Formats: sequence, structure tokens, C-alpha cells
Amino acid sequence: MKRSVSALVAGILFGFGLSVAQMVSPAKVLGFLDLAGNWDPSLALVMVGALLVSFAGYRFVRLRAAPLFESKFHLPTRTDIDRPLIGGAVLFGIGWGLVGLCPGPALAALAVGDPKIIGFVVAMVVGMALDRVYTRGTWFARPQAA
Amino acid sequence: MEHFTPSDSFSGGLLIGAAAVLLLACNGRIAGVSGILGGVLEARSDDIVWRLMFVGGLILGALGFQTLGGSLAAVKIEAGWPVVILGGLLVGFGTHRGRGCTSGHGVCGNAQLSKRSMIATLTFMAAGFATVFVLRHLIGA
Repeated sequence: MKRSVSALVAGILFGFGLSVAQMVSPAKVLGFLDLAGNWDPSLALVMVGALLVSFAGYRFVRLRAAPLFESKFHLPTRTDIDRPLIGGAVLFGIGWGLVGLCPGPALAALAVGDPKIIGFVVAMVVGMALDRVYTRGTWFARPQAA
Repeated sequence: MEHFTPSDSFSGGLLIGAAAVLLLACNGRIAGVSGILGGVLEARSDDIVWRLMFVGGLILGALGFQTLGGSLAAVKIEAGWPVVILGGLLVGFGTHRGRGCTSGHGVCGNAQLSKRSMIATLTFMAAGFATVFVLRHLIGA
């Protein structure tokens, strides 16, 4: 219960921040990605602001042995650079450049109820499921226990 | 440069960073949106509610912004339906395969100086720049 409430509050803060930053606007994102055109560097400052807070905040939080509402931190531990990491990032970047939405802004943008945004999110979830099938060979293979 | 919005973008970024810190402090989780959403597909019952709450929060956050007088009028997709669907598939497939997106790698991973996240971020940024260059300046669409 507690961790659902904290996830909700974090989600609201995140969605509000994406809206303030105008990152929910595909045209704004494409203006940032258009280096050779009328370049709008604004979104670089989203990253700067987010990294300033998270870089300092993460260090402070990890002084504790565990988070408030769970028994341990769930942090990625991998350090290898593999093909799925690079290939996945390339495909993601192409999709991002085609439409101007990445996963966070796409979900927040559902707030406006636009059919194309709903369509984009549905396709995004299908894409995630397709990689699951592609990687595991079958949908039904159970994930490893976390 | 007439569309440059440094103060909005920077303050929005601060809020996003605060959300990431909050989720780590409370739940010990990375605020990576593709990972949180993708985890819903794993359908582990003890793990699904907080994920859906976070996703619902993203939408509520945007609605709250609008309620407080912010405009979401620019939130619309110019691209046609085939491009929308192709883009969605690529973003979903790519972020699942690459284990993260702009938030998971771009913010949370880089904040921890993860080498994987730095390389993923440089890669998807480069692919995004290249795609827009091809669309707007080579094809001229």
C-alpha cells in the first residue's frame, strides 16, 4: 500500500515535470532533435536539471541501507556492453525521431486523449511484448525470479 | 532559437529528478518509464500495482499541470498513422531490448555513472538526431 502511494506520487511529480518541461510535446522534442534546422536546445536543460537533482539525491538516498518501503534497493548491476543494449538504443532512437515521443512523455500525453497518442502507446506496448517473445522464443516462458 | 524555453525546461527537469529520487528513496526503484511499463507485462501480482500507480501518476501529473493553468495544446502528433504505429513499435521494442529509455538510462543510469547507460544515451540520441536529419533535410518530409 505504502509503495503504491509513493509510486503514484512519484508518477504525478514526473508527469508534472514532463509537462512543465514541454517534453510531452512531440514538436518540441523534434525541434531538439533537429540539429541541422532551427535547433531548439531546451530539452538539453531538462536533462541537466534532472541529472543535477538525481545525481545528488541518489547519493544521499544510498547512504541508507534500504529504501523506506521495501527491504532492498532494486538497482541494475550489469556493466557489460552487449549487442541488445546498442541495437535496442538505435531502434528506440529511430522511433523517437520519427514521432517525437519517448515512453514517459507518451504515457503522460495520454492525458489529452488524442487518438494518435493512444495508438502510439498501444504500439509501444506491443513492441515491448514483441521483444519479450523475440528474446525468450515464447510468450509463456516464465521470467526468472527477481 | 525563438522557441528556446530554458527556465521551463530546466525547472521541469528538476521536478523529474525529484521524482526519480523519491521513487528510489521510498521503493528502491529506478524511475525508468519503459522498465516500469514493461514490468507490467511480466504480470507478477505482487509487483504490478505500484507500476500501474506510477503510470497513472504520469497521466495525472499532466492533467494537474493543465488544471493549474498550464497548456497541453502542443501535445499532438503531426506524423501520419503509419509512422505513429511504426514509431511506437520501435520505441517499445528498442527500449525493452536496450533495457531503458530517456528516463531509465538518460536520467537514472547516468546519475549513477553507469557505463551502459552512458553508451545507451549517446546511441539513442545519435539515432534520434540522424532520423530527424534524414526526415527533414534529406527526404524533406
